[in-house]
Amino acid sequence: MMRHPRVWMSLLLCLVFSSAHASWTLNMAPGATEVSRSVFDLHMTIFWICVVIGVVVFGAMFWSMLIHRRSTGQQPAHFHESTTVEILWTVVPLVILVLMAIPATKTLIDIYDSSESELDIQVTGYQWKWHYKYLGQDVEFFSNLTTPQDQIHNRAEKGEHYLLEVDQPLVVPVGTKVRFLITSADVIHSWWVPALAVKKDAIPGFVNESWTRVEEPGLYRGQCAELCGKDHGFMPIVVEVKSKDDFALWLTERKQLALAEQELTSKEWTQEELLARGEKAYTTNCAACHQPTGEGLPPMFPALKGSAIATGPVAGHIGIVVNGKPGTAMAAFGKQLSEVDIAAIITYERNAWGNKVGDMVTPQDVLAFKQAQE
Amino acid sequence: MSAVIDTDHKGHGHAGDDHHHGPAKGLMRWVLTTNHKDIGTMYLWFSFAMFLLGGTMAMVIRAELFQPGLQIVQPEFFNQMTTMHGLIMVFGAVMPAFVGLANWMIPLMIGAPDMALPRMNNFSFWLLPAAFSMMVSTLFMEGGGPNFGWTFYAPLSTTYAPESVTFFIFAVHLMGISSIMGAINVVATILNLRAPGMTLMKMPLFVWTWLITAFLLIAVMPVLAGCVTMMLMDIHFGTSFFSAAGGGDPVLFQHVFWFFGHPEVYIMILPAFGAVSAIIPAFARKPLFGYTSMVYATASIAFLSFIVWAHHMFTVGIPLTGELFFMYATMLIAVPTGVKVFNWASTMWRGSMTFETPMLFSVAFVILFTIGGFSGLMLAIAPADFQYHDTYFVVAHFHYVLVPGAIFGIFASAYFWLPKWTGHMYDETLGKLHFWMSFVGMNLAFFPMHFVGLAGMPRRIPDYNMMFANFNMVSSIGAFMFGATQLLFLFIVIKCIRGGKPAAAKPWDGAEGLEWTIPSPAPYHTFQTPPEVK
Repeated sequence: MMRHPRVWMSLLLCLVFSSAHASWTLNMAPGATEVSRSVFDLHMTIFWICVVIGVVVFGAMFWSMLIHRRSTGQQPAHFHESTTVEILWTVVPLVILVLMAIPATKTLIDIYDSSESELDIQVTGYQWKWHYKYLGQDVEFFSNLTTPQDQIHNRAEKGEHYLLEVDQPLVVPVGTKVRFLITSADVIHSWWVPALAVKKDAIPGFVNESWTRVEEPGLYRGQCAELCGKDHGFMPIVVEVKSKDDFALWLTERKQLALAEQELTSKEWTQEELLARGEKAYTTNCAACHQPTGEGLPPMFPALKGSAIATGPVAGHIGIVVNGKPGTAMAAFGKQLSEVDIAAIITYERNAWGNKVGDMVTPQDVLAFKQAQE
Repeated sequence: MSAVIDTDHKGHGHAGDDHHHGPAKGLMRWVLTTNHKDIGTMYLWFSFAMFLLGGTMAMVIRAELFQPGLQIVQPEFFNQMTTMHGLIMVFGAVMPAFVGLANWMIPLMIGAPDMALPRMNNFSFWLLPAAFSMMVSTLFMEGGGPNFGWTFYAPLSTTYAPESVTFFIFAVHLMGISSIMGAINVVATILNLRAPGMTLMKMPLFVWTWLITAFLLIAVMPVLAGCVTMMLMDIHFGTSFFSAAGGGDPVLFQHVFWFFGHPEVYIMILPAFGAVSAIIPAFARKPLFGYTSMVYATASIAFLSFIVWAHHMFTVGIPLTGELFFMYATMLIAVPTGVKVFNWASTMWRGSMTFETPMLFSVAFVILFTIGGFSGLMLAIAPADFQYHDTYFVVAHFHYVLVPGAIFGIFASAYFWLPKWTGHMYDETLGKLHFWMSFVGMNLAFFPMHFVGLAGMPRRIPDYNMMFANFNMVSSIGAFMFGATQLLFLFIVIKCIRGGKPAAAKPWDGAEGLEWTIPSPAPYHTFQTPPEVK
């Protein structure tokens, strides 16, 4: 029964179709911008040129393999050179290439013209998340993966946007020329959204430029495209394109939110509040390396459970979170997170997984520490 | 034994007793040998062992990618697997296989008694097991082995690397020294030890392509050495070649690496071009079409390979004019490559073909390598490359030029010359089975990668969205099939060594060249008196 090929094939097909949302996409999508459509056209043009050449060359080879074989009684011919033919098949491909280079050059020049932008956004790659800063607008935030660990480790069913979902998408207005200034805080990343045909490397110490003008509101998803370490596969990009009015509204809300966040620093916090906030912030910012259990992945990512720093003096603990540890993957979170989040995370780390230090660190402590450094 | 050819004594020269001794006995034969056939054999076995090891790592990768979600390995280990798979296949499997073929065949093809520098030949082989033992041992070190991709971009490979990176750097140095010595040996042999009458333009194409490959190696391996030395300095001696914080530039790393890396791509394919140019005429029973243009096309490809490196870096933000230059130069490579493909097709045209295993692999080589060439042409179009770059489309592209390109070229060569090496014919039925299983498995594994790449799947990720699930499963099934099939090859080779139909001096009726004028198996010492080439 199992020997029959049809049984195998149907088994295979069942297996393949059983996974939800699976698709058989074969080709690039034209995308949502003028640039992405011209890139798509270039892609299809060069593809069809290759198909035609392939049909001619492979056709001749297959014809030859069918007809010119010894079993059909063929006697071999003796020709072995022809300058005319050699020149012909040097010149004809050259002409095709020149014809192909013209539209490619036009598109490339267009892609490189990032002048006259209406909105500038600084995009910074971190291991393993993206940071967006709206230049001149006082709005900035991190964008983290939200896919639960349970889905990644196959303990829960995977959602439709598995690994392509974030807590805070990059929001841009429709029909507006947006310029991206792309850089990195650690290793090289690459910011890629296929529907916008934008892929640009984020290089530490250098700023790359790119731009887009999206024509339709909607959600566009992408991923980091340059190997950037352990969680390279887990730092997606989501771009939410809103109408101009909605964008203006959103921007105002974000500004207010930023003000409210600042006020949180001076608020009086209880340990319970800090622990609750800390657990969330820890999961988003720390768990990828130090693990949800606090046991880390030694030796690259040390354990926090029972560690000397997390159970030792408060100053040392604040210090390593704020300043990081140079030469290792431990980033300086002082510039990445608010005082509230740092305080909450430290409080959580000192009291979770059996680290029963019992004390708490307030946002004011963190602020004082930072000010003392300056 | 003297490697100097004394042309005055040709025909009646081998009177001395030392001309008749065979190989030494026992293990020391292999440790101390300076015989090009012994060394060639060791290179080939070493390469096959590395092929199986690198292949096993590919199986781990494909097993993890069989379904979305993390099942078998964690991301850190996954990255070590992709890195080591690449390094082992490039430096351990493909390059030593071609050096092995060069050792065995170049002296036989040009009528030389041995390689020009036999002791250096021994040393350049024995460096390799040392280098790879060191590199593979990093997997067992604290912090794990190299996990930054076979291209090891800084600063991921410097500031953020595991501690074992220093061993990796030392291993790369050893491999580089080995390759440079091997290449110098090939150049010295070809330029000095050709039989009287064998002018450059009478050399078999395999010799020509290897001569050009050897010059490429000598030109670029020192660049790689410079690249890893700068890494070493950055890691241990406080320099900042690749760190912007100290006035350096991470992109400098990529320029230096790809100035090595692009010619390296041709180092891995040119000898295969040469082998296929010997095999297709043999089984078409018709001379190679356009010998002269083949030589010029190879030389053009080698030259162009030095001025296209930044096409690997279209997204790093090089200026528009640079981008245009590298796009045009890269597109130009299609011209000489096209000439080669057209010449092979014309060689087949109106021949009298039979399809023994070497021919099957060679024809598949021409067709599938051309498909890899097509995707290469697509990748050359810079604006389109912004969409393809670092996706599975690139993975599909370079596996199409390396697996049915380099590796099928090696298989074709192995089957073609096995009768000469062992004195026995291999099992033709099993050989054909090996071909068809490899052919189907390889296409099943790598063709769907074009699709997932175009659909937007980045490379080097251990987990992916469900929209890529179907084709990844197909790829994995194909990869398992291709991988398992290679054990059959091992069986076929062992069977052929142990016995089989005795091979004639010239087992292929259409084959040409000096190697077929000596008995099968080739005696331990050959061409002590140089043959006369007319």
